[in-house]
Amino acid sequence: MLKFIVRRVLLMIPTLMAVSILAFLIIQAPAGDFVDSYVAGLRQFGQIVEQGQIDALRDRYGLNQPVHVQYWKWMSRMIRGDLGRSFAWNQSVTSLLYERLPWTILIAFSSLLVVYLIAIPIGNTSAIHQYSVRDYVFTSVGFVGLAVPNFLFALIFLWLFFLWTGKAAVGLFSREYLTASWSLGKFVDLLSHLWIPALIVGTAGTASLIRIMRANMLDELHRPYVMVARAKGLTERRLLYKYPFRAALNPVVSTIGYTLPEMVNGALLTSIVLGLPTIAPVLLSALLTQDMFLAGSIIFVLSVLTVIGTLLSDVLLAWLDPRIREAV
Amino acid sequence: MAQSAVPAETAAPSEERLFVASQWQLIRWKFLRHRVAVAALGVLGLFYLGAFFAEFIAPYDARLYDQDRVLQPPQRLRFVDVDGRFHLRPFVYGLTQTINEVTYGKEYAIDPERRHPLALFVRGDEYEFWGLFEADVHLFGFAGGRGYVFGADSLGRDLLSRIIYGSRISLTVGLLGIALSFVLGIVLGGVSGYLGGAPDVIIQRLIEFLRSIPTLPLWMGLSAALPPHWSVTKVYFAIVVILSFVGWTSLARVVRGKFLAVREEEFVVAAQIHVAGRGYIITRHLLPSLYSYIIASLTLSVPGMILGETALSFIGLGLQTPAISWGVLLRDAQAIRVLANAPWLLIPALSVIVSILAFNFLGDGLRDAADPYATV
Repeated sequence: MLKFIVRRVLLMIPTLMAVSILAFLIIQAPAGDFVDSYVAGLRQFGQIVEQGQIDALRDRYGLNQPVHVQYWKWMSRMIRGDLGRSFAWNQSVTSLLYERLPWTILIAFSSLLVVYLIAIPIGNTSAIHQYSVRDYVFTSVGFVGLAVPNFLFALIFLWLFFLWTGKAAVGLFSREYLTASWSLGKFVDLLSHLWIPALIVGTAGTASLIRIMRANMLDELHRPYVMVARAKGLTERRLLYKYPFRAALNPVVSTIGYTLPEMVNGALLTSIVLGLPTIAPVLLSALLTQDMFLAGSIIFVLSVLTVIGTLLSDVLLAWLDPRIREAV
Repeated sequence: MAQSAVPAETAAPSEERLFVASQWQLIRWKFLRHRVAVAALGVLGLFYLGAFFAEFIAPYDARLYDQDRVLQPPQRLRFVDVDGRFHLRPFVYGLTQTINEVTYGKEYAIDPERRHPLALFVRGDEYEFWGLFEADVHLFGFAGGRGYVFGADSLGRDLLSRIIYGSRISLTVGLLGIALSFVLGIVLGGVSGYLGGAPDVIIQRLIEFLRSIPTLPLWMGLSAALPPHWSVTKVYFAIVVILSFVGWTSLARVVRGKFLAVREEEFVVAAQIHVAGRGYIITRHLLPSLYSYIIASLTLSVPGMILGETALSFIGLGLQTPAISWGVLLRDAQAIRVLANAPWLLIPALSVIVSILAFNFLGDGLRDAADPYATV
């Protein structure tokens, strides 16, 4: 087990390197360097900037040096936690991330929970009652879920919610709890808001997972051991849930590596539509105002967190299933 | 690939037909039995026809502002008039605009005096078909007035025409994107599957890396990095490249898996014994046996591209007005205040959903038909 973890962590290092290079390229890509936009940002907010200051900034960030030196400087600042400042939010990027990233993670993970909670039972019943009305209904609902992208679903939901209740389904808290300190009431209020983005983000992943679960379960149901168990007179319920269900579950859970990035994608777009206090609006406004330094940092942090999340889930899976431990 | 070993007189006529049919014939027959996939193909055919002949099919100029039609609701196509009389020819009523004295919002009411029947091949707004020749004939229109059956946007432009023009960008992004992914996927997947060894390890790591990071922030970052002074066409192609950047990975996986499976087959070994070159074996023996799978998996990756473009344009990082794409149109529907008063602005979402569903069904049908020897 330890060997497995060490191996996976070592494999993660080149991935993280590649992520950082990609993020750095995004920062470097636009015309002009980031000091230009920094200065433009300062001037826009009414500050006077002298040439000496600009040169000092260039020097500090090593912009007169070759690209690989710049990359190295950027990396070492990132590792120390110095992610720069955001003009639009007038806050250091670190504190901005600290404030907003937990909500992004919360939405991504609760969506993941929704995905599994919905997809596993539905895929299961669809397989057990193959070609029944239930199967057809669920399969077609799954197809629609696959076709309706998160942000469109969020838009349509927003509109329907407004039609039915006359309220806008935005934010994560009601107004009276927005600035309140944590209490049971605030927690309940959060839950009453959280289910909306979780459900919206979850639906897209659910559709493909239903199909995987259904196919796995169908595979297992036709295995000889199921017939033997049936011949021995095991009750149908015990027979289904003791063996084939558990065997079918494993490949489903192992899709988490691809589902997690999908959930992060969905959480980003949905938060933009629903106006949630996640990192998404910050990233979007940074990109729209060409504040690439901030945007690059956010993209880097988001990708790193996703990679780490995937690693954690892999370790968890290996712990659950010895076959995976041996395979890698 | 025909099998003529079975004596013709023992086989039933339909069976005989199966035995002598070529692989592509078998694929076609199997595909045609998949009703939903055939219907999806029909729908997509219509959509692409509409995109190609957009100037002619769209009833009005998609860029024509009209002060008198700001956020005008859809004019319903009717057969029965206000007096209860039935008309064989469908028609719309003209609308009159009034300003609400309290909210200063524009309100529209039907004017029963002005009845505009549907007409085919009418003369209307002038256009330049693909920049080739000028014309003013449209497939349909309304006699004696304008009829906006999907309503108008906040600048009074006809939404139906805008959706038809928008399909040009939204539907071709996917096709161009998969064309690019196709090249990358075949080359990298093929190298990975056929050579194995170090190239395989490197390419597999690359694929794993690209699939383990969330694509959306990456897409957002890359498209925001595009120079702001680029023309619509340049941005369009840049977005295609950005979308294919991740899109090729799934195809490369399919190609690699199939290559691994096929390279041990007897016909490949036979070719190797005949001292056929590597390139020859790959292009003449391996790829043709994979075409059907490749087509199916390409079809299934179109929706991701369409969604990518729509999402990017929707949040304002993809194409910008004056370009018209479904994502650009949906940008108008972003604010709940607008949406509450003008829900018809969500109609472009419907065309996104229908085309994505159609591609999914088509891809499913193709995938089932791709291996005609599996169950036939």
